[in-house]
Amino acid sequence: MAYLTVLLDGTAYGMILFIISVGLTVTMGLMRVVNLAHGAFAMIGGYLAATMMRAGMPFAAAAVSAALAVGVMGALAELTLYRPLYRRGELAQALMTFGLTFVTIAALTSIFGSNVKPLPTPQLLSGLTNLGFTAYPTYRLFLIGIGGIMALLLWRLIDGTLYGARLRAAVDNPRMARAVGMDVNLLFTGTFAAGCALAGLGGVLGADMLPIEPYYALRYLVIFLVVVAVGGIGNFKGSFLAALAIGIVSTVGTFLLPGASAYIVYVLVLVLLLWRPHGLLPARSAP
Amino acid sequence: MTTSHAALSVRGLCKNFGALTVAQSIDLDLQPGARLGLIGPNGAGKTSFVNLLTGMLRADAGTILLNGEEITGLKPEARVHRGLVRTHQINTLLLETSLRENLAIAVAERENFAWRLLRFTPQWRRCLAEGEAQLAAFGIADLAQHRVAELPYGQQRLLEIAIALVLKPRVLLLDEPAAGVPAAEAHAIHAALDKLPAEISILMIEHDMDVVFRFAREIAVLVQGRVLTTGTPQAIAADPQVRAVYLGRSAP
Amino acid sequence: MTVRPDMSAPTLAQLRLGAGRFGWAWHVLPWGVALATYFVAGAYLTLGTAALEMILFTLSIDLALGYAGIVTFGQAAFFGVGAYAAGLLSIHVTPDPILGLLFGTAIAALLGLVTGVLILHTEGVTLMMLTLAIASMIGAFAAQAGDLTGGDNGLQGMQISPLFGVFPFDLWGQTGYLYALGVLFLWFVAAWRIVRSPFGRSLDGIRQSPRRMRAIGTPVWWRLIAVYTLAAAMAGTAGSLKAQTNQFVGLDSLDLLVSGTALVMLILGGTRRLYGAFVGAAFYVVVQDLAAEFDPFRWMFLIGGLLVVMVLFLEGGLMGVADWLHHAAARLWLGTARK
Repeated sequence: MAYLTVLLDGTAYGMILFIISVGLTVTMGLMRVVNLAHGAFAMIGGYLAATMMRAGMPFAAAAVSAALAVGVMGALAELTLYRPLYRRGELAQALMTFGLTFVTIAALTSIFGSNVKPLPTPQLLSGLTNLGFTAYPTYRLFLIGIGGIMALLLWRLIDGTLYGARLRAAVDNPRMARAVGMDVNLLFTGTFAAGCALAGLGGVLGADMLPIEPYYALRYLVIFLVVVAVGGIGNFKGSFLAALAIGIVSTVGTFLLPGASAYIVYVLVLVLLLWRPHGLLPARSAP
Repeated sequence: MTTSHAALSVRGLCKNFGALTVAQSIDLDLQPGARLGLIGPNGAGKTSFVNLLTGMLRADAGTILLNGEEITGLKPEARVHRGLVRTHQINTLLLETSLRENLAIAVAERENFAWRLLRFTPQWRRCLAEGEAQLAAFGIADLAQHRVAELPYGQQRLLEIAIALVLKPRVLLLDEPAAGVPAAEAHAIHAALDKLPAEISILMIEHDMDVVFRFAREIAVLVQGRVLTTGTPQAIAADPQVRAVYLGRSAP
Repeated sequence: MTVRPDMSAPTLAQLRLGAGRFGWAWHVLPWGVALATYFVAGAYLTLGTAALEMILFTLSIDLALGYAGIVTFGQAAFFGVGAYAAGLLSIHVTPDPILGLLFGTAIAALLGLVTGVLILHTEGVTLMMLTLAIASMIGAFAAQAGDLTGGDNGLQGMQISPLFGVFPFDLWGQTGYLYALGVLFLWFVAAWRIVRSPFGRSLDGIRQSPRRMRAIGTPVWWRLIAVYTLAAAMAGTAGSLKAQTNQFVGLDSLDLLVSGTALVMLILGGTRRLYGAFVGAAFYVVVQDLAAEFDPFRWMFLIGGLLVVMVLFLEGGLMGVADWLHHAAARLWLGTARK
């Protein structure tokens, strides 16, 4: 039964990775920007929600407002800082966004200090739920549920709506999208904002497993990027699979081989990327 | 060798991408000193054919012989060293590098100097000198020290051809050499094409009928991944089959 | 005026610092400063040694990333492995510094060769991820293999015998400084030569357009493996130097932050200049020390902000700014000379 518990832990972790990384995969696939500041956006969401909850706001309202606020910040950042980078190489993009992460870390430390910012789970979701074979933390079940719902909603949005069709077309071939008269700029800004908002939401919801502190933006950045690269850049279904796989493998790995826990994920990534350099599900089918 | 080989000989070349067939058993011969034009409607597989010849794509079946030697399994760079050189439809140049260094780098590669890490000065001077000589032959010696990015597109097209020439090719694949050049600059390209050494066997892939009929002494028509017919420009222009699948659509 | 103006204008290369008849004078400046530091630094000499080691490490990134365009975020792996290799050799086999340096360099080069063969057929973000994954993996492995590396406590008990059997590594770091400076100088001369060689120029070509290079017959993959191995060797030397001059190796030498810091140094100084690594790393170390009085986060804010501004507005880094000043001064000088 311990296995099932570990499996559930891994799934919950995977869902958090998915919610945070899905925005990254779309922005990296659509805008071709190496965005090393994505973790910073997630972290800002966590800090905002923590502040709002301290001021007395309920959990749900704080989570949603924090996500929206991060979305607005994302839109502003896209317009001012990211847009000049689209025509530059990966290195310039990586360095600028890396610098942005540094600035965020420094700013948040000077405001909030360097300790972990606790995000209390709401009364309703704290405690344990009896699953028959074990009593399992309710909050993690909630995470699995909300991750599944988000994945379904995004799947509907991307595979079943006009917006989704446009997005997929622009990811496949941005030049063509422009040529047929799509307002690619608006699409970019909107999608970037949405991706940041999701990251912010993921930062709030996942604070239980990825505690909010200033180095969050660097500490978990590699794992977010890994999810994107392994899933196939620009492919949200791929990120879902990759997030779950990485969440489960790293959790189960820690359980079974505590000695190798720290690098088992990286071994997995190495093998996967060498086997399929464009990820599990490449966004564009190369001829 | 007593028997004379074709400069380039392609037999039964096949390539599929899943359900899409881009080459179905292509046979083609390029005689020494040939000026062969390869035409075909969009999607006929011209670009894939070039990529198969240069080794950027791996063929599913078939053989490619260069001067009688099989090169089918060789890597792209090995084919270049054997004398099979291409130009690109879209300029593929080192934009931040000067013209003469673009050429010198190619010469160094041809002469296998490019692995030299520490003692190289005399060889590199020779490479630069050869690059400058090639630029002079094309009448753009005064641009030798300028970065490629500073040139107009037409002159960049010339550099594409110049780089191919310093590699001393035996077979040269010209992929739409005049593509994207404004009419005012086209004469320079045509002049350069006319002056290509007679001993080089040339396969020109071209969309623009004026360019092909001006340059080629023989034309092959590629349709749906196979060679429909081969003949003199006059014969091709008169061929009803060709007119039907190709010229018929674009003729006024 | 019959000359076409755009053709008579000096090309970019001619405007660079160090071009022209008295260009050699500019080489004297950085090395002169480095040598003078030995005599005036006093208690700061160990800081100077650390700066020299970072310069060498940054130089290795300039070679792989600046010239060949290999977007690597995992160069710290070679730095750290070089450091541990040199350290372990001194503990278990021989305290000789030169042998330790060569061993650290060779092990790092070997690691560069093996990982290069594995990953260099990929490009872009995938390559970046792979370099990160390898570096993270090695870092995690070192943390866990406590028997070999000492884990969190670091590698202790290193003994380094006198350099050439004559000059002991003293407490004030005088031998260490000159040793590091000499090693840096040798690598720098080699790098200077290499980037101007046909090999180096082909790397510059690969960075700009791998397609073009394949079309002229360049074995791109092998060329990249060669430079990656070379850069790994250089980083390994830097790591070995650090291990020997500190007589200690910690897990932090494998940290991704080392790669990140060196990238910042490189971009501060300017890529593809070699001296950019020199200037950027020296500037960073000195300013960081000056700024140590206020809290480290303000420093982080400064560096982050500087990175953003540099990427968006000052692509050439400090060396680019120096070029611009040099150019402006030259024009002013010529203008007054004509009158």
